[in-house]
Amino acid sequence: MKSGALLAIVAAGTLMAGCAATAAEKETASASDNVSSDDRGSGKGAFPSTYRGYPSTPTAITGVTIYDGEGARIDNGTVFMSGGKIEAVGGPDTALPADVTVLDGSGKFVTPGIIDVHSHLGDYPTPSVSAHSDGNEITGPVTPNVWAEHSVWPQDPGFSRAMANGGITSLQILPGSANLFGGRSVTLKNVPGRTVQSMKFPGAPYGMKMACGENPKRVYGGRNRLPSTRMGNLALNRQTWINALDYRKKVNSGKPPKRNLGMETLVGVLDGKILVHNHCYRADELYQIIDMSKEFGYKVSAFHHAVESYKIADILAKEEICSAIWADWWGFKMEAYDAIPENAALLQQAGACVIIHSDDENQIQRLNQEAAKALADGRAMGIEISDAQAIRWITFNPAKAMGIEEMTGSLKTGKMADVVLWNGNPLSVYSRPEKVWVDGALLFDSNDPKRRPVSDFELGQPGEGDVK
Amino acid sequence: MKRLSLLLAAAASFISAPVLAQTVAITGGKVVVGDGAGPIENGIVVMRGGRVVAAGANVAIPANARRIDASGKWVTPGIFAGFSRVGLVEVGAVSQTNDTRASGSPFSAALDVQYAVNPFAAPMAVNRAAGVTRAVVSPSTANSIFGGYGAIVDLGQDANPITKARAFQFVEMGETGHRRAGGSRAAAHIYFRALLNEARAYARNPATFDSDLLKAADARALLPIINGTTKILVHVNSANDILKVLALKKDFPALRMVLVGAHEGWRVAGAIAAAGVPVLASALTDLPAGFEELAATQSNIGRMKKAGVKVGIGMINDRDAHQLRYSVQYAGNLVALNKVPRASGLSWGEAFAAISSEPAEIMGMGSQLGSLKAGRKADVVIWTGDPLELSTQVDRVFIDGVEQSLSNRQQRLRDRYRNPTPGALPKSYDH
Repeated sequence: MKSGALLAIVAAGTLMAGCAATAAEKETASASDNVSSDDRGSGKGAFPSTYRGYPSTPTAITGVTIYDGEGARIDNGTVFMSGGKIEAVGGPDTALPADVTVLDGSGKFVTPGIIDVHSHLGDYPTPSVSAHSDGNEITGPVTPNVWAEHSVWPQDPGFSRAMANGGITSLQILPGSANLFGGRSVTLKNVPGRTVQSMKFPGAPYGMKMACGENPKRVYGGRNRLPSTRMGNLALNRQTWINALDYRKKVNSGKPPKRNLGMETLVGVLDGKILVHNHCYRADELYQIIDMSKEFGYKVSAFHHAVESYKIADILAKEEICSAIWADWWGFKMEAYDAIPENAALLQQAGACVIIHSDDENQIQRLNQEAAKALADGRAMGIEISDAQAIRWITFNPAKAMGIEEMTGSLKTGKMADVVLWNGNPLSVYSRPEKVWVDGALLFDSNDPKRRPVSDFELGQPGEGDVK
Repeated sequence: MKRLSLLLAAAASFISAPVLAQTVAITGGKVVVGDGAGPIENGIVVMRGGRVVAAGANVAIPANARRIDASGKWVTPGIFAGFSRVGLVEVGAVSQTNDTRASGSPFSAALDVQYAVNPFAAPMAVNRAAGVTRAVVSPSTANSIFGGYGAIVDLGQDANPITKARAFQFVEMGETGHRRAGGSRAAAHIYFRALLNEARAYARNPATFDSDLLKAADARALLPIINGTTKILVHVNSANDILKVLALKKDFPALRMVLVGAHEGWRVAGAIAAAGVPVLASALTDLPAGFEELAATQSNIGRMKKAGVKVGIGMINDRDAHQLRYSVQYAGNLVALNKVPRASGLSWGEAFAAISSEPAEIMGMGSQLGSLKAGRKADVVIWTGDPLELSTQVDRVFIDGVEQSLSNRQQRLRDRYRNPTPGALPKSYDH
């Protein structure tokens, strides 16, 4: 379906392409702490995560090539995980307890679990029937009140594919891009669950999806209402931030106003507790959004689908805003016309933060390959980037933009044991995940048909439990 | 006026200036013939007059040949995209530049992409630079299950992209066909049969033809599929829909069908093989995007191949106007499956054939296109390494023996913003 589906959705005016979010601070206190005694701001306490790590066995992988997620490579390395955490990462002399499971990793590679900062698994699940179209609340352009987690269907078969073929262990599910303010995102551990709460990444800050450019103005302009232009987009954005500042002032006045879900999310952003993920393609518009964020005192964590980031790579480096991008998508709409495959490499060269994202239930299964293509295109124009750095684009950098980099995203002692063992170099087209651990629990093993999640939807259907 | 006509004349001469196909010998590279065999070390490819003279280990080099040293590189036939919409779209969501379907047209089967394919569209240049040299170009459907005539095209920089016009008719017989026919699979099947029968009525007596279902032009377009002179590419995905489509041959025995998509083909691979119907299959679809593809798996092509189905890779509805450059990545992924327990992949040679000789043969062009066998059109690509690997870049591209420019607007943008900070003048002066 891919671009066909995307274009069909574009034509239908409901749009799902695009999103972006970025990390902010850790959720040490909810916005409600500044606001009132009730649960406000970040919504801490409401719909809490019930995720607990699954049973794990202390396991070491030896003789393996390691990309640590932060840009380092260790040959003939050892990774040791125990109790759901990374215990040690090092060379062949890494000390191991006597009674641990040891896997021979010779000829194989280890990376941190792959992280997708931009996914619609669960809120646009497969089968892609209209009854499953839960990603865009297209009844109004300003919907910071909706939460993506209330749309996520845990039985989306896409979660299992992302793990088995892509090594995805964490992902951010975003609302779609029809709206200027699309709503709150949710960060998930890629573990099967009966409820979304049992997948929610414990302690991950919320994100908020925003969108600029063609989508909001087309969807609402087509209904003869604001916004129908890019200047309309900005006008409604700014007025909404003005309202949010006003709401925050009232909250802090000691006489809190009636609770307003949308305003609580916006105040969470203004207080730096909710991270802004802004779908935005064109360089000139990225800069408009930067100025708007300065006008109202918030920070954009990541620009998503920023196909023209390369034109202002120096500015994005200075502003410390990540670009979450595809390796090579282009041409599907006007604002994607100037996309180039060297975008990632040019950003890296300028010292800006690069994330390779999917926004796609198929390419989430090979973010490693997308990173490899972006790396190769950079090298072809003479930009030297290490293999290990390209892996950072799909591990540590997305973790940072999602505000979970102290917990996962790299192979460092004490972090969550989210680990992928690849049967070859993950930057080669010929490699696939062999085993995937989430918090130290082995949740995928290509050698064991029982260690492969099969969603309720696929049970009893043709192809149940197939290799896919 | 005078200046304008001069400019036009200059433009016309630029477009039509014949570029001579030289005699060229490419030496020292790993040569892939594209017929399913593995690479030949230190091979030689000779082309002359736009055709391949020979390719292999012991090939005589003509004295007058331009020699190109490909040591350390790979030399292959150009990529043949088995199903695409390249040249029909510049910007997908800009309707004026999107010629894939015509929802306002009174015609269907008679629509002919040869009038729409634009050799100067940016996707032509971008995919040419990625080693794609030929493509099947199909219309989409709008108000009928029939989309119209498709073509085989080259991606060369000259003004004439059409290798074979009216190469096939395109029809939707899965979930999309169900919708186009009015809301059921039964409707799609009666529609298919009724339209073909109307076309037969037209053939019997064109002068008196009067149909509530079919315009005369569409009837004329359907005749060559009934008598088997033109292939029909049938988009169908589910195992059950595939069986029902194969059964159409009982009523229309001359139909020369090719299945497109076929996500569940592996489940009925024996029947497809027995019917002798080839498949242009999607390579990596593995999700139940619809109920017609519940059993989709990346092992689909490998399993069909093992069952004796003739199969190439096509990219229907999968970025098929802009990203034919994914063909090599898709083929490489099918090789990767060989290391995955219980999966069915392709050998390297089979995978490369699935994006070169197999689709060419499936489209009836195997004696002309898709490999480096003697006499084939000289579509040749030199790569910096294994063409299926992600780190590999394209070094040179020949189409019909003519070396092509690899420049395109993506490269121009790249070069302009190599350093994003403007110099003394704005970026618009960097060109």
